[in-house]
Amino acid sequence: MWESFGFEFINFYFIPGLVLGCIYALGAIGITLTFGILRFANFSHGEIMMTSSYLTWEFIMIFTSLGILAHPLIGAIPASICAILLALFVDRFFYKPFRNAPTIMIVIASFGMMLIIRSMVQVIWGPNQLTFVKGIAKPNAYIRDLTASFDFMLLIPNKHFSILIGTVLIMLLFNYLLSSTKIGKGMRAVSDNPDLAKVSGIDVENIIKATWIVGGFCAAAAGVFLAMDTQFIESTMGFRMLLPMFAAAILGGIGRPFGAVAGGLIIGLAEELSAYPWLGDGPVISPGYKSGVAFSIMVLMLIIKPSGLFKGKVF
Amino acid sequence: MDIILGYFLYGMSLLTVGGIYALLALGLNVQWGFAGLFNAGIAGFAAIGAYTYAILTTAESKFHYGGLELPLLVGDVMAMVLAGVIAGVIGLICIRLRADYLAIATIGIAEIIKLVLKNESDITNGPRGINKIPRTWEHFSEERFYSSFPLNVINSSDSWQMFFESIARWWWQPFFAGTIILIVLFTYVLLEKLRTSPWGRMMTAIRENEMAAAAAGKDVTRRRIEAFILGALIMGLAGAFLGQHLRLIEPTQTFDPSKMTFLVWVMLIAGGSGNNKGAILGAFLIWFIWSSSELVTNGMIEILASIFDSVDISILKNRAGFIRMLFIGLLLQIILQRFPKGILPEKRPAVSGKI
Repeated sequence: MWESFGFEFINFYFIPGLVLGCIYALGAIGITLTFGILRFANFSHGEIMMTSSYLTWEFIMIFTSLGILAHPLIGAIPASICAILLALFVDRFFYKPFRNAPTIMIVIASFGMMLIIRSMVQVIWGPNQLTFVKGIAKPNAYIRDLTASFDFMLLIPNKHFSILIGTVLIMLLFNYLLSSTKIGKGMRAVSDNPDLAKVSGIDVENIIKATWIVGGFCAAAAGVFLAMDTQFIESTMGFRMLLPMFAAAILGGIGRPFGAVAGGLIIGLAEELSAYPWLGDGPVISPGYKSGVAFSIMVLMLIIKPSGLFKGKVF
Repeated sequence: MDIILGYFLYGMSLLTVGGIYALLALGLNVQWGFAGLFNAGIAGFAAIGAYTYAILTTAESKFHYGGLELPLLVGDVMAMVLAGVIAGVIGLICIRLRADYLAIATIGIAEIIKLVLKNESDITNGPRGINKIPRTWEHFSEERFYSSFPLNVINSSDSWQMFFESIARWWWQPFFAGTIILIVLFTYVLLEKLRTSPWGRMMTAIRENEMAAAAAGKDVTRRRIEAFILGALIMGLAGAFLGQHLRLIEPTQTFDPSKMTFLVWVMLIAGGSGNNKGAILGAFLIWFIWSSSELVTNGMIEILASIFDSVDISILKNRAGFIRMLFIGLLLQIILQRFPKGILPEKRPAVSGKI
């Protein structure tokens, strides 16, 4: 069983799917938070992701020139701070003026921000792909040998291992923030009913700032993880992520962060597993159409149940 | 003399592309200005139009499906029809939901269209695209057109060949630009009629207050789908003409989802959404700024390079396009925040008839 089916399925389809799902999940958290709290679809979210991976690359370059051999996750720390500042800056100057305007204005503004941020990155770093991490990722030898002794050989490259662990840690932190801190409770309250939250004495502007900080941090993590996974960065990577992240947010239910996590994992797995030869020899869906999977799931969800799997909001 | 001719031809191409963008902006105006429907997939609809036209009208080629060699007009009409059908399907699914969802769905559709065009290489020649798309007017000087109906009735192939060799190579340019301008004007008149008709007023009512319109017995969903399809028809036609203008289309660069869609949005918002005149004005204005800024940035790079020897011209030239995009983006933000109504604000049609 393991030899004929499981080995290939788990190592080459399931684990990459899970990793991709983690990246989508982290990105979708920010989307669903802004959708729930500020009530608009943020088109510039993918660009924050992309920018943070470029910043990480830049910081690694700086560290290397100082003679320190830095892991991408170390470069990610200053990069995520910059990404959060960028998100706050964009909100202050481009979204805040529309707080009381019809929400579609802010959607147009975010659509414009998408192009502005991308052009800025292209001006600074150029339009071409950059190599993020060199070399071929070999499977972690320890895990391979350990699992092989149980006839259950798992081939997990180190990069996938750190992405999975990193995502779990961020999720735990996020769970603590949402359920046990004042800010998190405030975020949930504003998401449920902004007017009621306001009259209960919650400072909505502060909550919005917190939302951008959390969303920006998760986006930065997603961007760096994505760059670690694909090992290169390019200026369109954020836009490519946008649709699956929206799909994940809608699948999980708008305004439900853990729904978005579940949605992200489902979409990531579905995309990878759609390439598995379920019927006959060839992949069920040609790899060229992989990114169509997320879209089909989203459209299906919009037809059947627009509120998503976890009873999200429908505006 | 050559310089004047050069300016003349540059002006013609400005008019041509400006006109195509004006059509796209008019299409978006029906969707967004009239009905309040957010379409973020304009490039997708234009791509459908361009590819439909190209596949139906190009000569036999070993790279892509074709050889149908249908009349160009059939290509134009089918480009509209197909774009409309796809808009109808999306409309049925997403139109009931709020504008944001439609925005996400349309951006998705544009991506899917790009995927199909890229992957179905047997039909579309994949990323390499379709070449030698016949261009209205210019096509008469191609052999397969002057040797067939209707030109072969007037004169023989040989004399047509002599004739086309005797006139200037750019003879078709004013005709092509003129055709597009005529189509823009025709569309404008048609949309103005629609806007002031009961249908147009109903659209405004639905956009401004959906509940009240529904309570007054208007079929909100149906009207919205109608507006969405009508806008897509116009975009499909614009796509067909863009394909003709470029003659070579491919899925990623020609129909860059963000750049093209974004430019049309800036045009409509700058000109004034809801106002057909504004849409046309905005399209020509922004296109003029966009294409002349290329000259300006190139000139600035030359000046910079002549002052500082250390400046690497190739890097600057490589990135000048992105700086222009950045400025257009900032322009949109300024217009949105300071002049949300645009240059020509929407004018509501006066109530007609007796009350």
